Amino acid sequence: MLTSAQAWDILGRVPDPEIPVISVTELAIVRDVQVAADGVDVVVTPTYSGCPATEVIERSIREALSAAGAGEVRVTTQLAPAWTTDWIGPEAQEKLRAYGIAPPGPSRAGDVQPLQFMPRVACPRCGSAETERLSQFGATACKALYRCRSCREPFEFFKPL
Amino acid sequence: MNTITAASTAHFEYLLRIADTSLILGQRLSEWCGHGPVIEEDIALTNVALDLIGQARLLLSHAGRLEGKGRDEDQLAFLRTEAQYLNLTIAELPNADFARTILRNFLVAAWQRELWQGLANSADAELAAIAAKSLKETRYHLQHAADWTVRLGDGTEESHARMQRALDTLWPYTAEFFSASADDPAIVSAVIGPAWSTLEPAWDAAVRPVLEVATLTVPARTPFLSHGKTGRHTEYMGHLLTEMQYLQRTYPGGTW
Repeated sequence: MLTSAQAWDILGRVPDPEIPVISVTELAIVRDVQVAADGVDVVVTPTYSGCPATEVIERSIREALSAAGAGEVRVTTQLAPAWTTDWIGPEAQEKLRAYGIAPPGPSRAGDVQPLQFMPRVACPRCGSAETERLSQFGATACKALYRCRSCREPFEFFKPL
Repeated sequence: MNTITAASTAHFEYLLRIADTSLILGQRLSEWCGHGPVIEEDIALTNVALDLIGQARLLLSHAGRLEGKGRDEDQLAFLRTEAQYLNLTIAELPNADFARTILRNFLVAAWQRELWQGLANSADAELAAIAAKSLKETRYHLQHAADWTVRLGDGTEESHARMQRALDTLWPYTAEFFSASADDPAIVSAVIGPAWSTLEPAWDAAVRPVLEVATLTVPARTPFLSHGKTGRHTEYMGHLLTEMQYLQRTYPGGTW
């Protein structure tokens, strides 16, 4: 039987399928882990309702825990409180930046974003603030496409949510 | 007993009106996949489609559990007949051009934002959770569509003409966003959600300033009223469903 700390440690090594530089625990998709005599209960929360990675993540969680001898792995989904990028810690935000994805920064929770509002985003490569948005949506729903006017490199921005 | 059954049916149908609007608009937007005017917009429209279909999945799963007849999200999404879909009519209209697609997204997202906020304190905890989650996504949809509405409306002569044409076509359908439903009193007294008529002032206040900046002229309200949310659909709905339901009807229960 695994300890709770071991279970968390195993999940901390399960990469996000779309952004493999951070784990499913760093992304705060895993909300709770309970170790029981016959297995492990894992509570997860989706990032975006339509995120196609959700099912892959569930499978990866099952596989990782089963491989470590966790017994039966039960994964349940919890919607409230709704996932927010504020749960991604400073260390993981820095990993995103080093990987070339501008980290989300604070979401100003509850704040209604004004229309035609473009947040200032620093280039993850050269640090310049002279950047512009190319598209509100990137290769995944959680990211926007930007371009740096200083180093001329395109980059992705993990949108605050 | 009768009261309970009636209340449950009202609750179920209230959920379907919201879920089906997300589902059918998501299906329409997915038609842009591979056809966007530029790659960034192809990706944006399909991302919005994914969010909408994701919202529909959560809502339909919840509605199915509430109904208690063993119907899951797939059965509700793919195996109902046309008159059993309760989406707003505007969602099923053809995409036409990029202008109309963007303007519809703008009008609908502004409405969804008010609706999700109005559902935050629903006595239906699952619905409140879905709404809180969806609200965050809808804000990005709204921002995307509003940016384009201004850019195209206050753009070239051609883009302005197309946006004005889109507004003239779509505006009459927005009356349905706020028209009364027979079960409003039951829904409101059970604190499931707001009567949609109450959403109009905030929607108006959000939509009109953007249309003004976009240099578009808002048409006057007319007596025309569409009825998709009562199951009476346009001639476009059957064609949409034929395509959307093809796989499940041809290979029932099919998975991959």
